[in-house]
Amino acid sequence: MQARTENGVVLTLDHVTIKFGGLVAVNDFSLDIRKGELVGLIGPNGAGKTTVFNIVTGQYTPTSGRVIFEGRDITGWRPDLIAAAGIARTFQNVRLFTGLTVLDNVLVSQHLRLKSSFLSAAFQLSDYVKEDEDGRARGMDLLERVGLASLAKEQAGSLPYGQQRRLEIARALATNPRLLLLDEPAAGMNPEETTQLMKFICRIRDEFGLTIFLIEHDMRLVMGICERIRVIDYGVSIAEGTPQEIQSNPRVIAAYLGEEGD
Amino acid sequence: MERRRLHLVLTLALIAVLFLALWWANTHLGEFPLRVARTGAIYVVAAVAYNLVNGITGQFSLGPNGFMALGGYTTALLVLPLQQKQFVWFLEPLMWPFNSFSFPGYLFGLAVLLGGVMGALGALLVGIPSFRLRGDYLAIATFGFGEIIFVLANNLIPLTNGPLGMKGIPEYANVYWCFGAAIVATLVVSNIANSSYGRAMKAIRDDEIAAEAMGVNVFRTKMLAFVTSGFFGGVAGGLLVSLITTISPTLFTFGMTFNLLIIIVLGGLGSITGSVITGFGFALMSELLRVVEAPINIGPIHIPGVPGMRMVVFSVLLILLMIFYRRGLFGQFELSWDWVLSVLRVTRGVRECKRERKTESS
Repeated sequence: MQARTENGVVLTLDHVTIKFGGLVAVNDFSLDIRKGELVGLIGPNGAGKTTVFNIVTGQYTPTSGRVIFEGRDITGWRPDLIAAAGIARTFQNVRLFTGLTVLDNVLVSQHLRLKSSFLSAAFQLSDYVKEDEDGRARGMDLLERVGLASLAKEQAGSLPYGQQRRLEIARALATNPRLLLLDEPAAGMNPEETTQLMKFICRIRDEFGLTIFLIEHDMRLVMGICERIRVIDYGVSIAEGTPQEIQSNPRVIAAYLGEEGD
Repeated sequence: MERRRLHLVLTLALIAVLFLALWWANTHLGEFPLRVARTGAIYVVAAVAYNLVNGITGQFSLGPNGFMALGGYTTALLVLPLQQKQFVWFLEPLMWPFNSFSFPGYLFGLAVLLGGVMGALGALLVGIPSFRLRGDYLAIATFGFGEIIFVLANNLIPLTNGPLGMKGIPEYANVYWCFGAAIVATLVVSNIANSSYGRAMKAIRDDEIAAEAMGVNVFRTKMLAFVTSGFFGGVAGGLLVSLITTISPTLFTFGMTFNLLIIIVLGGLGSITGSVITGFGFALMSELLRVVEAPINIGPIHIPGVPGMRMVVFSVLLILLMIFYRRGLFGQFELSWDWVLSVLRVTRGVRECKRERKTESS
């Protein structure tokens, strides 16, 4: 297992603000995530949770503020470069490559580390063939570890929903990330599946030495596995703490249930 | 790996058999079927390359006519004999350096290759600005590019001889050149499609945002597909002008793109097998359907010949296909050695099973 240093901050969001026209979607958001942590981000619908993810992974460039990953300022980097730097994500609505097989979905994530040139792939030169075979072996190995190996040749779009969610996580793992962002991994799952997913998330964190940052509405999951929870509402951080602290925080309760006497 | 070596041997054997068949056809068949076959092979080169962009990478390009024109003019300028050049450019002289040399026959391959390079450069030029933007700008930009090439070909008289074009281009494009190019294009494009680069292209087709988040350099990957496509488009253009021995701006109008679009959609967007088969099918049908353009007498009824009737038939075919068989003849199916071998294994299994049953019953 990876050693968890006391002060090894992996990701820093430094006073991040993003505006879309007149709308301030995320306002002055700061957060430190340390190596090996499992941090949850919660908040009512439209609070700006996914926007925070999109800023970290480069889909959006913040209006002001900085994103620092492992000491490097990655603000405004292209998403593919951020993925190569070691941050992978899943999406709120599953976004698999539905026309590709399960194995190919995972292999796409290895493309960023491909060394062989385009021409050696076009003419099937030996360096490409060797690299491709190694990649396939690694892909199968990963599918084995997440329990999808028997479905390797199936079309990703034909899998049942729960398996698609699992494949999306596997695909993110195939980029060899050190930080994994999960956007509502339990959405649409029944309690039984959610329990399995919780075990799965904890397992991959230990096995792959990951730091995990997740958005979730399923409170059982968030309270069950997150060590630290951040709550945002209307783009502003309103609370942070352990699951117990969050559950009893009056501002959080107000954000979710509305102010008393409102 | 064992399997890869087997496939390589089978592919080489197939190519050898094909060239034997071509040699036989070249000596035994008449001019007409050979011409149809050569046209088909050139369509295959252009269609397979076009499919790499439209079918496999999912980017809607309308530009193959422009790339074919670039390749066609390049090859024509390089191989047209000097004497013919003096004869053709009678309004204005041909510009330097093309007025000072002409490639001999044995350099035809190089001339076609340079045509391909010009096509690739054209693709680079259009691709860089259009792929910087997300969305359907490519269709507009590539359509515009084709029109620009058309206007240039009409007006750059010292280079293209304008609307008169060139004639007397030597007919170097025999069956071996045409089929050789078709084989190379098909193998290269299917290698790309099945490689890691091809997976990245298909990932972009299925979900561009997810592909980018998984580390695929979207701009670079689209450019690779597009420039490869431009290269083979140029090659196809070079072969085509040598096959028909003339070139003029009207050869590469939007109608050419439309033909290729019919081929790749009929064959199945993303299916290389489909593009190969419908490429030949289209060349054959274009000839067979000449019947509908000739005057027809059915008893007392006289139908006068209407030129362009063939395209009506193709359009109706396309509409019917879109209604009843949306994904094209082959969908995204690919003929592969794995597939052939598995079919052979199944039929053998069935035969053995029958034999066993027969011996049991007797």
